[in-house]
Amino acid sequence: MMAADGALLLSLVEEFVSGLQDSKAKDTAAGVRNGQFTVLQLVEALGLSLTSSQPHTRARGVQLLSEVLHECYGNLTEREVEVLIAFYENRLKDHYVITPSVLQGLRALTKCAALPPGSAVSMLRSLFQDVHVQSLMLMERSCVYNMLINLMETREAELKGLGADFVFGFVQSMDGERDPRNLLLAFQIAKNIVHRGYDLGKFTEELFEVTSCYFPIDFSPPPNDPHGITKEELIETLRAVLTGTPKFAEFLLPLIIEKLDSDVQSAKLDSLQTLTACVSQYEHKDLAEFLEGLWTSLRREVFQTSSERIESAGLAAVTALTSCLSRSVLNSDSEDSLSTFLDLVLKDCKHHLCEPDLKLVWPSAKLLQAACSASSRASHATTAAVMPSLIEQYSSRTQCSHRRTLLEVVLRFIQSVKTSQSSENEESVFSAFRQSLCGMVFSALSETNASLQITATSMLTSLAQQTGLLLDSDVELAVDHLTRLLLTEEDDRVSLAVVDCAGALAELHPTVFITKLIPRLKKEMFSEPMDEGDNRAASGQPSHHAMRQRCLSALAAVSTRPGVVRESTPVLLEVLGSVHAGSAAFSVEEVVSACHSLRRIAEQVQDTEEMGRCFHEVVIPRLISLALQAALQGEGSSGRRSPLVEEVVLSAVVSVISTSCARLQPMLAGQTASRAVSLFLDDDVSFLPDNSFPSQIQLLKKQQGDSWSRSQMVCLLMGCVCSLPRSVEVPQIDQLMSQLEELSCTCSHPLSYNSAAKCFSGLVNKRPQGDSLDSLVQTMMKRVCRELDSSSSPVRTQALTLMIWVSKALLLRYHPLSTALTDKLFSLLDDTDLGAAAADGFSLLMSDSSDVLNRGCHADVRIMYRQRFFSENSAKLVQGFNAAPQEKKSNYLKALSNIVNKLPKQVQITELPALLSLLLEALSCPDQGVQLSTLSCLEPVLVDPPPALIQQLEALVSRLLALTSSPTMSVKIASMRCIHAISRFPEHEILPFRARVLRALARPLDDRKRLVRSEAVQARGEWFLVGSPGGR
Amino acid sequence: MSAGGRLENANPVIFQRSGERLLTASDEDEDVHDRIDDREIFDILFMTSTGSFPVLIGSLPHLIRSINDPEHPLSLEELNVVEQVRVKVNDAESSVGVEFTPTIPHCSMATLIGLSIKVKLLRSLPDRFKIDVQITPGTHASEEAVNKQLADKERVAAALENSSLLEVVNQCLTTRSI
Repeated sequence: MMAADGALLLSLVEEFVSGLQDSKAKDTAAGVRNGQFTVLQLVEALGLSLTSSQPHTRARGVQLLSEVLHECYGNLTEREVEVLIAFYENRLKDHYVITPSVLQGLRALTKCAALPPGSAVSMLRSLFQDVHVQSLMLMERSCVYNMLINLMETREAELKGLGADFVFGFVQSMDGERDPRNLLLAFQIAKNIVHRGYDLGKFTEELFEVTSCYFPIDFSPPPNDPHGITKEELIETLRAVLTGTPKFAEFLLPLIIEKLDSDVQSAKLDSLQTLTACVSQYEHKDLAEFLEGLWTSLRREVFQTSSERIESAGLAAVTALTSCLSRSVLNSDSEDSLSTFLDLVLKDCKHHLCEPDLKLVWPSAKLLQAACSASSRASHATTAAVMPSLIEQYSSRTQCSHRRTLLEVVLRFIQSVKTSQSSENEESVFSAFRQSLCGMVFSALSETNASLQITATSMLTSLAQQTGLLLDSDVELAVDHLTRLLLTEEDDRVSLAVVDCAGALAELHPTVFITKLIPRLKKEMFSEPMDEGDNRAASGQPSHHAMRQRCLSALAAVSTRPGVVRESTPVLLEVLGSVHAGSAAFSVEEVVSACHSLRRIAEQVQDTEEMGRCFHEVVIPRLISLALQAALQGEGSSGRRSPLVEEVVLSAVVSVISTSCARLQPMLAGQTASRAVSLFLDDDVSFLPDNSFPSQIQLLKKQQGDSWSRSQMVCLLMGCVCSLPRSVEVPQIDQLMSQLEELSCTCSHPLSYNSAAKCFSGLVNKRPQGDSLDSLVQTMMKRVCRELDSSSSPVRTQALTLMIWVSKALLLRYHPLSTALTDKLFSLLDDTDLGAAAADGFSLLMSDSSDVLNRGCHADVRIMYRQRFFSENSAKLVQGFNAAPQEKKSNYLKALSNIVNKLPKQVQITELPALLSLLLEALSCPDQGVQLSTLSCLEPVLVDPPPALIQQLEALVSRLLALTSSPTMSVKIASMRCIHAISRFPEHEILPFRARVLRALARPLDDRKRLVRSEAVQARGEWFLVGSPGGR
Repeated sequence: MSAGGRLENANPVIFQRSGERLLTASDEDEDVHDRIDDREIFDILFMTSTGSFPVLIGSLPHLIRSINDPEHPLSLEELNVVEQVRVKVNDAESSVGVEFTPTIPHCSMATLIGLSIKVKLLRSLPDRFKIDVQITPGTHASEEAVNKQLADKERVAAALENSSLLEVVNQCLTTRSI
């Protein structure tokens, strides 16, 4: 060391120790780090301070050394560490004012990599011997815990060498700790002791006592807690300690039994969860002597439960307990504790199963099922004990409600076992009861009671999912029952359950469905209603219609396996074919349902090449062919029109096509798209079946007169080309776009020009960025603006439609050109003819559309495009509103409510203060659409009202009360929901309005409509409670 | 049936729920006038149609505390305290009659349940209605006395002036999630 450095060191020490300049510690540490002086030189320089007769001077000296070590412990040599430890250990015996600094220094040393062997033990011995931890301050106690944690990480073997003394020392150190931050550290140490196999020796009970005295944790952090310690954290760490070793079992289990008796809900819950956690480590002998006590408590919690959480925690504990007992290996001399426990459960619960009309049947069943689900042994034992009596009861009881309860209980037993059986080939626990169970199901299916039938269908599904419970003959019988119910059962809930069950069974046993169900449903669907022409026709017709609807949805539900799909899709196509040909009288609604079933099949089948071919080569060509025939036929004759030209049917057909193109086999979808393009551009009909079309079809050309049946076919084109994955290219794209633009700007038929515009925008959305896209949009925009700017143009609506759709396509993908389009849309709000339509356009911009430009169609949709649009444009809207003439203002309000309505609630709340006056204005706007959409924006915001809203309460309440006498029921209902929500505002804010609200709500109590009265009853009831004793 | 120790009735008989009122097309048709019917009064008292709160459930805390069935907590309806058949309404004549059945003949809460029902109806019906709340004949030991109290307008009004009684009634009528 240079002489100058020596002088510097001395002066640093002097300034820190005598000058009390704390910053000098940092400087000293920096000197040590960059090699100006060593730690030992620092000790020498400190010499006088460390030997001073004044404890405070000594403390100051040790503090400097400790702070330097805290910064530089990494660079110390083993020799230096040895010397320092000896020094510090010695200082532990010194005056108490020095202790904090000593501990700080020792903690720094515990982090040294160069800790010499044996030093960890000697440090701890001195610590435990000379320091009484709990008389230290919070920070120093934390220092001790951190030392232990550090040493446990690096010197485990050495600490274990201390034997049980280590545990004893720790127990003494933490005994009485109260600070949650330190407790978290202490629990961490205890957890390490338990989990890493430290020798607890004779201190097992002490370690348990010193930690378990905090159980169950009762801690609520102070408000604005800076330390971020949560109750959950403490619970988790303490639970890890208590449940960490079976050695604690004899202490923990009685404690749990005691705490379960607590009236505090969180204590019960914690106890149950701790029980569930601990038994995973235990063996049956750990549990044996407490089984009865535990069972009594668990039974009480489930029988008399006051909350669902406690009930389910209790049931989980029963399962955990049972599975622990099931795991144990039995010795010949020990008793079988699993069967002891199950006997207890059965004794207390089984007899309640014989009282299906009393309340305890449910908790008893749940307890038994919890035990049953734990292991294969447990499920065999439980089911053997309860099933015979349940089955016997079922046949002896006659009341439907009793039978339903029993059936439900049996069902839950079957379901509880389902989860526990791992291997598929293993014979089901229920094999012995196979016949009776099938008998129960089939008898219940034959009953006329709806809830019994519904339970029976779930049971049928569960039986089918267990190996070997349904024989082939049972499946056939089941299918007969399902078929019968589909054909005759009128109750919607039953048919829904039957359809679900058929779907589940068809997945497992497709053959029977192919050979029996599908042919039968087909036959019945195509049969004409029998009582035609009769005077019963009026009543017969709806049921025949409902039967067909059920069959159609069943056909969809069963079609998950390719074999079934091969049989079901032709039936559905035949519905469309025959209705087109006029050979069967299906209603339009039924035809639409057939399409929905086809779409559902396209959604749910596996995406295999076989299924792709089925849809792209059979279903879609057939659908297009039928639609085309209908379109051409409709033009010729003035007579019968095929239902396939109806808009609802076409939209349903589009949904089948677009679903298939979006998800089944991109290669084949691309082929469908290019066939569709050549059909629409080049009249190429070669891929269509029944090919007897004229040579000139020209679907995209403007037709003479009002012939729209051909032009509306463009919606099918949209289905084919707009939902393809973005990787698939659409051929002849430029020509296609220009014809679509032409059609959408010239055609006068709404479905046609709308579909053309949607198709155009769907393609725009997916076109790659670049000049070609820009010029496409600009050309279109020029044309659109020309039409829009000429007030005499006959196609202004068409131009507006196209513009809105293209804006949406661009807005979704954040394309910079979208602004030009939406600005044009804003400017149209002032337009005399188109203002209202432009305002509605914002709703289209902000909402998801079902058939194009959504994620399902693989459209390019950026997240949060709505927020972005809103934040870029809300100011324009407010300005426009202020500048607009009075009669145009409502268009702005409508546009605003359309936009705000679709924003996520979080954004609404933050934006609301700025817009509040406008929204309040909107509430007094005479347009009911505006009123409704504003009310629906307001309602969610009222749940958690921002301060700005509370300031405007007077205006808000007056306007809402005025709307309760609106002529429209939906406005009345929405306004009263808002008033209802306001009743939960802070009481002092709303109390002044109470009398007024109660008076105003008396009137809707006598409204003509029940739905209005019901809202009034609820809102008024809540307002009565405001400011009334016992109210809130 | 007193198996549960501290409970008056630990394992009560359960009755089936009548389920929610189904929404029909005419309910949403502005031109149809829906008359106030028995079921509507019943729903006012139990609110099964909105699924939000069995209004009177609070009046039987001693019973409800332990109750739980697979789908839903029990309401008074399932305990058969009040049955639909015992609600009679005549919209044209503006009269409502409700008969309720206490679970046990000595139920000490009978007056309170009756008062809660009456107050709920007073708050929920147009004031043209005459509201009559009674105990189902033959189901309670002091049937007549309770009926007389509930029929006496001035006594009901006086009861609601009593803030501690009003407090209990309001608690019975407070929305709570169970």
